[in-house]
Amino acid sequence: MNALLQARQLTKHFSLGGGWWHRRLTVRALEWVDLDIYPGETLGVVGESGCGKTTLGRCLIRLIEPTFGEVFFRGENLLKLDRATLRQRRREFQMVFQNPYLSLDPRMNVLDLVEEPLRAHTDLRGRALADRVTELLERVGLAREHLYRYPHEFSGGQLQRIAIARALALNPVFVVLDEPTSALDVSVQAQILNLLKELQVELGLTYLFISHDLSVVQYISDRIAVMYLGRIVELGTAEQIFSNARHPYTQALLSSTPLPDPQARRSRIILPGDVPSPLNPPPGCSFHPRCFQALPVCATDEPRLIDVGDNHFVACHRVR
Amino acid sequence: MIPFGQAVGEWARERQPLWAEYGLMLRAFRRDWLALVSLSIIIAFIFFAAFAPWLTPYPEQGRGVPNIAERFQPPSRLHPLGTDDLGRDLWARICFGGRTSLSIGFLVVVIAVLIGTPLGAIAGFFGGWVDEVIMRLTDIFLAFPSLLLAIAIAAALGPSFTNAMVAIALTWWPWYTRLVRAQTLSLRERTFIEAARGIGVKEGTIIFRHILPNVMTPVLVQATMDIGSAILTGAAMSFIGLGVQPPTADWGQMVSVGRVYFINAPWFVTFPGLAIFLVSLAFNLLGDSIRDIADPRTRRAVR
Amino acid sequence: MREPLISVRDLRVQFHTYAGVVNALNGVSFDLYPGEVFGLVGETGCGKSVTGLALLQLIPPPGEIVGGQILYCGQDLRTLPPAQMRSLRGGKIAMVFQDPAAALNPVFTVGEQMEMVIRQHRRVSRRDARRQAAEMLRAVGMPDPLRILNAYPHELSGGMQQRVMIAIALSSGAEVLVADEPTTALDVTIQAQILDLLVSLKKERGIAILLITHNLGVVAETCDRVGVLYAGSVMEMGPTTAIFREMKHPYTQGLLAAIPHAERRGRFLSAIPGSVPSGLQIPPGCPFHPRCAFAWDECRNEIPSLLPVDEGHWVACHLYGRGRR
Repeated sequence: MNALLQARQLTKHFSLGGGWWHRRLTVRALEWVDLDIYPGETLGVVGESGCGKTTLGRCLIRLIEPTFGEVFFRGENLLKLDRATLRQRRREFQMVFQNPYLSLDPRMNVLDLVEEPLRAHTDLRGRALADRVTELLERVGLAREHLYRYPHEFSGGQLQRIAIARALALNPVFVVLDEPTSALDVSVQAQILNLLKELQVELGLTYLFISHDLSVVQYISDRIAVMYLGRIVELGTAEQIFSNARHPYTQALLSSTPLPDPQARRSRIILPGDVPSPLNPPPGCSFHPRCFQALPVCATDEPRLIDVGDNHFVACHRVR
Repeated sequence: MIPFGQAVGEWARERQPLWAEYGLMLRAFRRDWLALVSLSIIIAFIFFAAFAPWLTPYPEQGRGVPNIAERFQPPSRLHPLGTDDLGRDLWARICFGGRTSLSIGFLVVVIAVLIGTPLGAIAGFFGGWVDEVIMRLTDIFLAFPSLLLAIAIAAALGPSFTNAMVAIALTWWPWYTRLVRAQTLSLRERTFIEAARGIGVKEGTIIFRHILPNVMTPVLVQATMDIGSAILTGAAMSFIGLGVQPPTADWGQMVSVGRVYFINAPWFVTFPGLAIFLVSLAFNLLGDSIRDIADPRTRRAVR
Repeated sequence: MREPLISVRDLRVQFHTYAGVVNALNGVSFDLYPGEVFGLVGETGCGKSVTGLALLQLIPPPGEIVGGQILYCGQDLRTLPPAQMRSLRGGKIAMVFQDPAAALNPVFTVGEQMEMVIRQHRRVSRRDARRQAAEMLRAVGMPDPLRILNAYPHELSGGMQQRVMIAIALSSGAEVLVADEPTTALDVTIQAQILDLLVSLKKERGIAILLITHNLGVVAETCDRVGVLYAGSVMEMGPTTAIFREMKHPYTQGLLAAIPHAERRGRFLSAIPGSVPSGLQIPPGCPFHPRCAFAWDECRNEIPSLLPVDEGHWVACHLYGRGRR
């Protein structure tokens, strides 16, 4: 199957400080990421703070400019497009943000918010525009009477529905979901996850689902990429990751995620220390200082992401 | 599909429509007695200015016709605030003077906001050399003491009401540019701006639809406070003869003439001075209150 | 029978705002025993954080406790003079917040802050205080206590800061630790470290911990007993296994069914319809009835009381009311 979106050697470094006195610091947010996303799938990206998962999502749709690398969307290199062409292409890939209280302009009512993408890309105006907005709202579980209300009048779950309606207004093929349920309560999170699943089936959407919550990612994703300090350390189907995790970090992550079952006492792997700063990542395998299976080679050589069978990729010296 | 009952549950949730939010603002405003007093003073002076010809038996004196027979009358039943050096009723002069003083205050601020706000939004949003050019321009304007600059511009254009107004506005806009630029810089990093970019909204549209509406509250607060200062500056210009020309009435010009007769006719300088003081204080206090009420956090607390 | 360390009885808290009176807590009762972790779970606005603040008499204005008792060693904390309450707070009863960076003073080193706390509660020399501080840091699993003592809070990671907060709580000799979402701001691998630490404190020092959280996984793995809060009322309370295995209340059932995890892949989650009511307008009768699939007339009119259904397992639901179980 042909990939919908391909990232090659995608790298993003942020520069901090600089000036006359201070040394320029480089945050290595994303290092040399290769990724294929196939039509109709949900690719989950999971990792802790500073692992570069959010940067990856934004670089893939060029909301921030990668430092290096290529992104092909349906075979076209997005990073080579000029601004006007890029703006036109944006109708095909959209993003839903973590916190709907922040991603919706507080001074716009629902009609303004949902018609914004339609005004930017189509000639719909007046009655036809309002009809399309109403249709979208009804699809995400809101109604016509909400058209003239403002964001502060809604609950978090309803706001996220509005944000989803905005993202779907232009019939995109690819949607980046950046922690879309992290700001929501469990009961509401379930509503939004169900809605996202329904919409995917109905509209044939492809999702990149970014989250720090392994349970959510395991539930929603077909394939999962585990990230640590700007790199993908393991990539495979949800089953492969869940029942046959090969990378020690993935194993630790799985065992650290608290399960809502008091009798599922597992032998927990508790990792020592903190996640190192992406300002100054350790040499070799960036996970080696916290790894419970580290070899001498881990401190010097950086492991490559290799296929261990059935398209299950792992970057670890232990796995050959 | 989402179960119907689920949707109904969400409607049933307690909600606050927008008018309730404005109602909350209004209630907070009503509890703020200082704001109410300020607003009353401002409305009163606007009323005096607007209906000046009907509020005095001497409208022609208000417009400048002298009445030499009654020079320097102290306050009395006929002339409640006394008369000036040309025998004109001071109450009439203050009412008519309000027309020029208040218009200078409002118009100066409106012109300054209209120039300053878009420039600030553009500088903050685009950054880079655009920002550099606009901000250096404001630096040049702010490098001169504003009154001195206004005097220089007014002197170059020639003394008149319009020129004084233009001169003051030209020294005023950089403050709005700076204010709006600072606000825009922080807004630019907000997620909803990123979301608009992600949707593919044009940059100009982002400025108009997202940046400008979100900077209007601080601009409104600043503008309210500035009206008072603009009236003071207008008065200062008239005081040194570069503003409104006689016989048109203006509070600053009245103070300027009246101070000469301070010993013999203290009412002449006092009443127009009091008018300037009251109006500019009222605008300042009102601006303060608007700032508190516009902030949802200070608005909601009850004690 | 063990004696509870803290007994909360019918606690009521209100916030007065322009928009009206917000009923944050409507009669919450529970006991906290020494050497246990009692979890308070619930969604946004259910009153779990307010409960924690009320225990320490730290309800911020415009809020106030309008009814009920908080008994600690037989004394009602509500009637305690402010000076005594101050020495109790941060002494016998300590609190750990979600954001440790905001709770630590950025201009003092960790050592200086810990010395201050120790010397406030005990008459010891600075040197002794410093030695005790280092001991406490070691007790909370800090690898290099002497280095940490000289560090400023911003030089530490979030997980380390949270450990320092816990060490400060311990150094004042706390018997009760109120932990308000202590791991919500932390990464999963760090969260596992902190939860491990809390459980070991309970076991080794017999500290009573009130763990306030929205994360049911955290509750299942660390708590001995759980109280489920909804709209300012306790819906269900009991031993952790009972709550997760034999939950009775429709809200608890709905909450647990809504959690996504790997085994539920490919199926839709059973979401609870609607959203949490605002404290301004709590529905009459059972506060959960508008979202409840089992609600009938009684639920709409009468507030169910918390009644036992099993040993130590209490439910506030008309389904299990008098004569119906």
